[in-house]
Amino acid sequence: MANTVQFDLVSPERKLASVVATEVQIPGADGDLTAMAGHEPTILSLRPGFLTIKGADGEEQFVVTGGFAELSADAISVLAEMALPTSEVTPEILAELVSTATQAHETAAVDTQHETQKLLADLIHIAEHLGFDAHL
Amino acid sequence: MPNLKDLKNRIASVKSTRKITKAMQMVAAAKLRRAQDAAEASRPYTERFNAVLGALSASVGGSDSAPRLLAGTGKDDVQLLVVMTAERGLCGGFNSSIVKLAKTRIAELQAAGKTVKVLTVGKKGREQLNREFGALLIGHVDLSSVKRLGYINAQEIAKDILGRFDGEEFDVATIFYSKFVNVVSQIPTALQVIPAAYEANDDDAGALYDYEPSEEAILADLLPRGVATQIFAALLENAASEQGARMSAMDNATRNAGDMIDKLTIQYNRSRQAVITNELIEIISGAEAL
Repeated sequence: MANTVQFDLVSPERKLASVVATEVQIPGADGDLTAMAGHEPTILSLRPGFLTIKGADGEEQFVVTGGFAELSADAISVLAEMALPTSEVTPEILAELVSTATQAHETAAVDTQHETQKLLADLIHIAEHLGFDAHL
Repeated sequence: MPNLKDLKNRIASVKSTRKITKAMQMVAAAKLRRAQDAAEASRPYTERFNAVLGALSASVGGSDSAPRLLAGTGKDDVQLLVVMTAERGLCGGFNSSIVKLAKTRIAELQAAGKTVKVLTVGKKGREQLNREFGALLIGHVDLSSVKRLGYINAQEIAKDILGRFDGEEFDVATIFYSKFVNVVSQIPTALQVIPAAYEANDDDAGALYDYEPSEEAILADLLPRGVATQIFAALLENAASEQGARMSAMDNATRNAGDMIDKLTIQYNRSRQAVITNELIEIISGAEAL
């Protein structure tokens, strides 16, 4: 079928998903985007957020913490630094990520502070979305 | 001629040694499988990553605005060698061969008038290098408490190295590790990670990508990760090599112990026979004397 793409989600430690998808929602660094078949070849970096894959057998959702995506007309690969199915994300994991990001933000140089601030805000947004207390 | 009791003790002790080496060999075989699986699982990421970085660095690399991680500092006066070895011994020539390669490199660089700094990962490498080049060691990463290598371990090492690079402590960084070929063969390898040398894949040359955000921003974001990815790949290769080397070393040790037991058993039997013969001679000559 022409309107599907091969989607791969890989992390350094393992391959998390390899499915045929109709559309993939990707949290890009400059804003979310939905990639479908026939997308212009693009490389974009990710911010922490939700990655949603819609395929023939329903929807799958992952939480990614950064990395990048390679889009082309017939294939989408997401190379995530850390990715977990949303159902496996626990408050503890997020709390740890948030505390690392907070620490990085507090020690960051002034000119990079807006970046660490953004990272932190993205992580807190994930936590709030999942209904966890972000200020653990 | 050693007496019978000594021989018997010796045989017993070699037998128990053989049991230990046999067990170690089997443990190493199981761990090797795990290490190989881990290396296998990380391959898709590394391959994609290198392909994308290859395409990126080919298009940005030539320009003056190329990041320092890619273009280098323009000098090669201060060299950082990251020597990655095992935390444990008893794995044949595994640690020594990596250290040997690093030592050759240190000698070459020093002869060329460069400043050499060494960062060790793994206790065994540090012990061996400390004797000769103790003054060059600037840091050590201890992985002895790590049960299962994760990307996070590589990230920590990369962070350490990148911090030193930003602090202008060195110009060129090279990692030393052992590439796993098979159980009997592991090749000690040196790989330059800073400035990074990514090869552009010819297949990708035709595809023109859009970049979001800019090409430079993505490259600046990816290059530090590239260091971590390469270190992670090297750590996994090293883990597989270590278990492979240990497995064949222990296999040899088990076989040698077997040979030794055979030899000692023959010696024991001969001695026992000699004692019996001696006793018979004594009895017979005693009876004849009567």
